[in-house]
Amino acid sequence: MKAYDTVIGLEVHAQLLTRTKIFCGCSTQSGLPPNTSTCPVCTGMPGTLPVLNRKVVDLGIMLGLATGCRIASRCIFARKNYFYPDLPKGYQITQYEHPLCEGGTILIETGQGIRRIGITRIHMEEDAGKTIHDDKAPSSYVDYNRSGVPLLEIVSEPDITSSDEAVAYLRELRQILMYLGICDGNMEEGSFRCDANVSVKPAGSSRLGTRTELKNMNSFRNVQRALQYEIERHIEIRESGGEVVQETLLWDPSRSVTASMRSKEESRDYRYFPEPDLVPVEIDTAWIDGVRSGLPELPFARRKRFIEQYGLPAYDAGVLTQAKTVADYYEECVRLLDKPKELSNWIMTEVMRVLNEQGIPITGLNVSPKMLTGLIVLIKKGSISGSMAKEVFAEMAATGESAESIVEKRGIGQISDEQELQSLAQEIINSHPDEARKYCSGKTGLLGFFVGMLMKATQGEANPKLASRIMKELLEG
Amino acid sequence: MLETARQYRRCKKSPVEKTRAFLEKIRSDTFNAFITVDEAGALQGAQVAEELLKSPDAGALAGIPVAIKDNICTRGVRTTCASKILSGFVPTYDATVVKKLKEQGAVILGKTNLDEFAMGSTTTSSIAGPTRNPRDPSRTPGGSSGGSGAAVAAGLCAGALGSDTGGSIRMPASFCGITGLKPTYGSVSRYGLVAFASSLDQIGPMAPTARDAAVLFDAIKGYDPLDSTSVPRDYGPTDLDGIDLKGLRIGVPEEFFGEGLNQEVKAAVQSGIAVLEDMGGRIVEVGLPHAGYGVAVFYIVATAEASSNLARYDGVRYGLRVQDPLDLGDMYARTRATGFGPEVKRRIMLGTYVLSAGYYDAYYRKASQVRTLIAEDFRSAFSRCDIIAGPTTPVTAFRLDEMIDDPLSLYLLDIYTIPANLAGLPALSMPCGFDSLGLPVGMQLMAPHFREDLLLGAGISFQDRTAYHQEGS
Repeated sequence: MKAYDTVIGLEVHAQLLTRTKIFCGCSTQSGLPPNTSTCPVCTGMPGTLPVLNRKVVDLGIMLGLATGCRIASRCIFARKNYFYPDLPKGYQITQYEHPLCEGGTILIETGQGIRRIGITRIHMEEDAGKTIHDDKAPSSYVDYNRSGVPLLEIVSEPDITSSDEAVAYLRELRQILMYLGICDGNMEEGSFRCDANVSVKPAGSSRLGTRTELKNMNSFRNVQRALQYEIERHIEIRESGGEVVQETLLWDPSRSVTASMRSKEESRDYRYFPEPDLVPVEIDTAWIDGVRSGLPELPFARRKRFIEQYGLPAYDAGVLTQAKTVADYYEECVRLLDKPKELSNWIMTEVMRVLNEQGIPITGLNVSPKMLTGLIVLIKKGSISGSMAKEVFAEMAATGESAESIVEKRGIGQISDEQELQSLAQEIINSHPDEARKYCSGKTGLLGFFVGMLMKATQGEANPKLASRIMKELLEG
Repeated sequence: MLETARQYRRCKKSPVEKTRAFLEKIRSDTFNAFITVDEAGALQGAQVAEELLKSPDAGALAGIPVAIKDNICTRGVRTTCASKILSGFVPTYDATVVKKLKEQGAVILGKTNLDEFAMGSTTTSSIAGPTRNPRDPSRTPGGSSGGSGAAVAAGLCAGALGSDTGGSIRMPASFCGITGLKPTYGSVSRYGLVAFASSLDQIGPMAPTARDAAVLFDAIKGYDPLDSTSVPRDYGPTDLDGIDLKGLRIGVPEEFFGEGLNQEVKAAVQSGIAVLEDMGGRIVEVGLPHAGYGVAVFYIVATAEASSNLARYDGVRYGLRVQDPLDLGDMYARTRATGFGPEVKRRIMLGTYVLSAGYYDAYYRKASQVRTLIAEDFRSAFSRCDIIAGPTTPVTAFRLDEMIDDPLSLYLLDIYTIPANLAGLPALSMPCGFDSLGLPVGMQLMAPHFREDLLLGAGISFQDRTAYHQEGS
């Protein structure tokens, strides 16, 4: 088999977290009863007109700046014409010839190091409603609550060379959107959706192969599997002397295959033209600067800074910066207690475990950074052992109480009373004469056995270091 | 209109009485001016107006019975656009202009007839049947606001609203011998006007006189946050005393007096211009070299926008839906085939064609460029003159049984009115004489953006001096 290069371009639709829709005042809240968040404008009643929600432009500029795009000084909306019941006007208001942002970059980390993926354009548009088919009834239903919810469409350059890179790009883009707080990134619920254009060509060739378009990939795993399937399908066709047909395909996750949705001949002519109901959006530098001043540090930069500033391993930095809220939590902890690696360990293990168990974001955690560092201070002071601290933490997460008050209430301070420990230790040595003899004759490895017995006798509340010293002194003395 | 307002204030008549009288007259209307008469709503409005009139602050429109073209949405009152496809459609909201009229106490009598979706110049393609011209019932009132034109000319209302995309206010005003104003694009909210061609549509007043048209215009103009193309600016009231024409430079473009213009119309318009000159106006020759492309540009831009604007009539949410469709495609196809009339279908197809891949540059883009050239023509003309005068239409009202069935010839009726829409300029049509059959001839005045004051002012002064607007009916 010959070697092939894969060429992938991705189109992402990100639902924006504005309070109201892009062209009317209806709420964008999801999960409401059908058609309750609608008005004459977003249901396309005759005579109604769109009015642009300026917040959508703000958020679009924000993403443009975060990905190094040029922000248009003047951008215009266009109509994309097609018929479908969930599209109430018979056209979608989107952008075509003059989008909001062009020419940006997203950096991704791959096995071969850092790669730049170009962003062709970012534009604003409205979402459609939802068609609900009832298999038992001869009719279908339409819910227009989603109609007019603002979207950003982010189109990448065909710079992506593998399914893994595609996923890395999507993860990075999703993370940026979530860092900016402009999209919740939920793929299953469709607030972060992705279509792909795929082709293969002989390795090194400059001539692009025929591409196919892939839709319906609603998880990173499905994106990876669908693209891998499609790449292999293209190669197989070429190897057997066939030709790839330009078409749009749907990924079928249950059968793990792609299936044709429509051919090139059936492709729609959307008859784009400038939207006459909206005036061009003029964006001056003051507007852009205003948005820029509110930009947070982006994931890629923050990861780098965590490694340099806190001396964290790349792995830790990656995990901690995955979500902005977690990174913020971590940095607040470090500010309160200068133990970067120890805090990282705690957050990556105990904190994350509780978040997973409770299915909550870190902002919903009962344990504030101040409370977590308070717990770690107790360990440092030797008041409680590390293993006990984990139990205390679980209780903090369950009840919201501070470490100090839990330790006090349960009376689980470590036993640091030397006399008490000494008498307990002596009892243990007396009741294990054989082991004591062996220790004295050189089997010093038995110290662990004795310390363990002591810990057991104190139900784990003995200060382990103290327990070890006392045991050693008694055995050797 | 102003006389009625004075009568109300002297308590000589009451809005309820006046409204009853109009409703009575509408009941015996033989011109088919209305599609829907809202008797209950009108009487209710009249009662509200009586209360309003107790306050000295009541505006000139309080208690004045008006009619609304049936492509402007009225809450709770069906709005048909004269089309089968909107059968049963009752808007849940008032158009901004309707809201404004109601707030000022105007009484809304009902909804007037039009060409289906305002596409036409004869008011004959309506599901409600054709409207007849009160000046001569065997003739067309013009279109597409023919119902409003006929209602005003027949005295079935004190004034009316029409909409003008390529001449739909001015042409019926001309044919019916009344005054009609197509305002500057962006000066009257389009919110609630069922769109034909969004970049050209504008709502405007139709009334017996320029003074009444000014009162109506003042009531509906202004910035509307619900219409992004409406222009925020200071809209002062129109001076109802008219303007002094002394020294006013009146541009007369030779392009408006060439081939195709009926000689009697030409003579009447020239005599009208002579009156303006006699009143102190100074005649200036101006050129509009690209105006001749107006009709071609219009039928690309307007149909393109219409093909998209009319896509929402798909049988899914409101209006007509055919029974027992085989599938979604069949529902769309049959609903639209049944619901739209031939002229609307023709324009949807034309518009779809000019926007299609491979044709966009040759048609839509080119037309948009020529549109800019036409606007440039006006800009340079208005550097030499204050207003432009010419005919509104090349002919007077023609007989319904001599209806031209060649669409192209019908399209050419709009040759003098279309340029103002393409350039977004205000334009007024008012009676300036009669042809040998006694049919009214309209003179069109055009002005720079937002200079309706010049048009209405010149119109008021002209009508204070002439009687064309009172004669003939």
